[in-house]
Amino acid sequence: MKTIYQRPESLTSATSIYCPGCGHGIVQKLIAEVIDELELRTRTIGVAPVGCAVLSYDYFNFDVTEAAHGRAPAVATAIKRLLPNRIVFTYQGDGDLAAIGTAEIIHAATRGENFSVFFVNNAVYGMTKGQMAPTTLPGQKTTTTIYGRKAETHGFPLKICELLSSIDGVIYLERTTTSDIPGIMATKKAIKRAFSLQIENKGLSLVEILTSCPTNWKKSPIESMKWIKEVMEKYYPVKVFKEPSVAKI
Amino acid sequence: MGTEEMKIKLLNGCEASAEGALSAGCKFYAGYPITPQNRYPEYMSKRMEETGGIFIQAESETSSINMVFGAAAAGFRCMTSSSSPGISLMQEGISYLSGCELPAVIVNMSRGGPGLGDVTPSQADYFQSTRGGGHGDYRTIVLAPWSCQEIHDHTYMAFDLADRYRNPVVVLGDGLIAQMYETVKIRPKKKRFPKKPWALDGCYGRKPNSLKSLFLTPGVLEAHNWKLAAKFAKIEKREVRFESYYCKDSTYIVVSYGTCARITKEAIDRARGEGINIGLFRPVSLWPFPYQQLAECIRTAKKILVVEMNLGQMIDDVKIAAANSSARIFFYGRPGGGVPDPDEIYREIKKK
Repeated sequence: MKTIYQRPESLTSATSIYCPGCGHGIVQKLIAEVIDELELRTRTIGVAPVGCAVLSYDYFNFDVTEAAHGRAPAVATAIKRLLPNRIVFTYQGDGDLAAIGTAEIIHAATRGENFSVFFVNNAVYGMTKGQMAPTTLPGQKTTTTIYGRKAETHGFPLKICELLSSIDGVIYLERTTTSDIPGIMATKKAIKRAFSLQIENKGLSLVEILTSCPTNWKKSPIESMKWIKEVMEKYYPVKVFKEPSVAKI
Repeated sequence: MGTEEMKIKLLNGCEASAEGALSAGCKFYAGYPITPQNRYPEYMSKRMEETGGIFIQAESETSSINMVFGAAAAGFRCMTSSSSPGISLMQEGISYLSGCELPAVIVNMSRGGPGLGDVTPSQADYFQSTRGGGHGDYRTIVLAPWSCQEIHDHTYMAFDLADRYRNPVVVLGDGLIAQMYETVKIRPKKKRFPKKPWALDGCYGRKPNSLKSLFLTPGVLEAHNWKLAAKFAKIEKREVRFESYYCKDSTYIVVSYGTCARITKEAIDRARGEGINIGLFRPVSLWPFPYQQLAECIRTAKKILVVEMNLGQMIDDVKIAAANSSARIFFYGRPGGGVPDPDEIYREIKKK
């Protein structure tokens, strides 16, 4: 019998406790597949900070450490500097990276640290049950913006790729989506690109991935996919923001 | 000849401590400027480059301590230094280090508080240092040097203690020790280090390691905390350090630590010269506190004077140690902004 598909070696057999329709499972599987394909599993170290992201240490079948809320880029900085031949990545949600950890990501970027960042943007705080995130969209209802996010009182969403694109230490920035199969395939390609650039010691790479949080959005998984496509992708354009200017021969 | 000659250098407390770290095999330093310990990151930026280690000037103390977390997770000897407000910012990270059982050294050249306070020496961080400091049930080993030589030796020792117990260790200096210069005998470089099979360096040839302090399954966190408690109990039993000076049979005991104890010692010498039967008890490890040793020391004492550069913090521990003593306990302290001189302590000794 021919094996058509199997669980990547980089994922454990643990049963995920993520909610039905949650985007974390998709993204973590893609990261695991890429690590397998590039044969990096035994030299990879993942950093999983507070939020739903932290649970990934139960699902990834390689070395993973916890990090305090927002501090994954600081933790990853030290690991990569001390172990330059290992592959280091952070896996961060939007509250983590774009609110409490804004200083850490910006300064890891300015230092041009050579690790990869996978930034999971689902426009809401997931683990704490649906409060406004820095990436919550205008008008979006959350448990702390029950009438919808208003610019006058809640400010504007933070566009991380746009913000980081001015920083010289960042080598690669792409925003992708998980709203459909082509988007998921493009996400995988971006993850692979980020790891490949790290192998080439090029500097910091970040892939922002638009994902769903059906539980806190109070939508079905299918409605959630539609919402990513019709609302999130409008506000957060899916594209490459920055890439190495010199093509590799 | 032929053996490694012990080097003697004129260093300030920051430099002396940094050299202790380097002798102990410290490979990673992250820090952020704050007076009175700015010499520490400056000196480390140069010395780490010379010794093949990593120096990072972080964007904040929060980031410094989390970089230290990463370095410890990767299995390297690592440290940060700061002063009181910066150490406050680090408390969450120190709690994570203890929760994840990661070894690291934190040097606090403490200054006057609360708030921004000032940049003069202070001992007002005693509670913060000895009671864990951050959230959760944990302790850090706290060493309180009183000279440049001692901060060198304590910093060196701190790395061994951190590794032995997989727990952060605090070296509690102050603005005085940070800035004063003394001759220091430099320890030879440590050559053998404990293995760290728990470290994260890629799972080649072994099962993956994970480091965490989050345990959501019922019962697991409590079991983890009981395990930490057993470790802390072991530290309390084994790692008590203190020094006593004319304590035997003295009826009057002064308890003081760090640079304040050094100032106090001068006053005690003067009082003894006048025939006062007085001695000095100096806790060197502030946690674990030498309760039993102090209790022993004050068995025949009638008076105890606690001298601190704060409004009275260590005195709580002295009272615990003196629970079965009939001696009267007095306090003399100067809070943030005030540094006592030997004359005023001498006057206090005479007054009580």
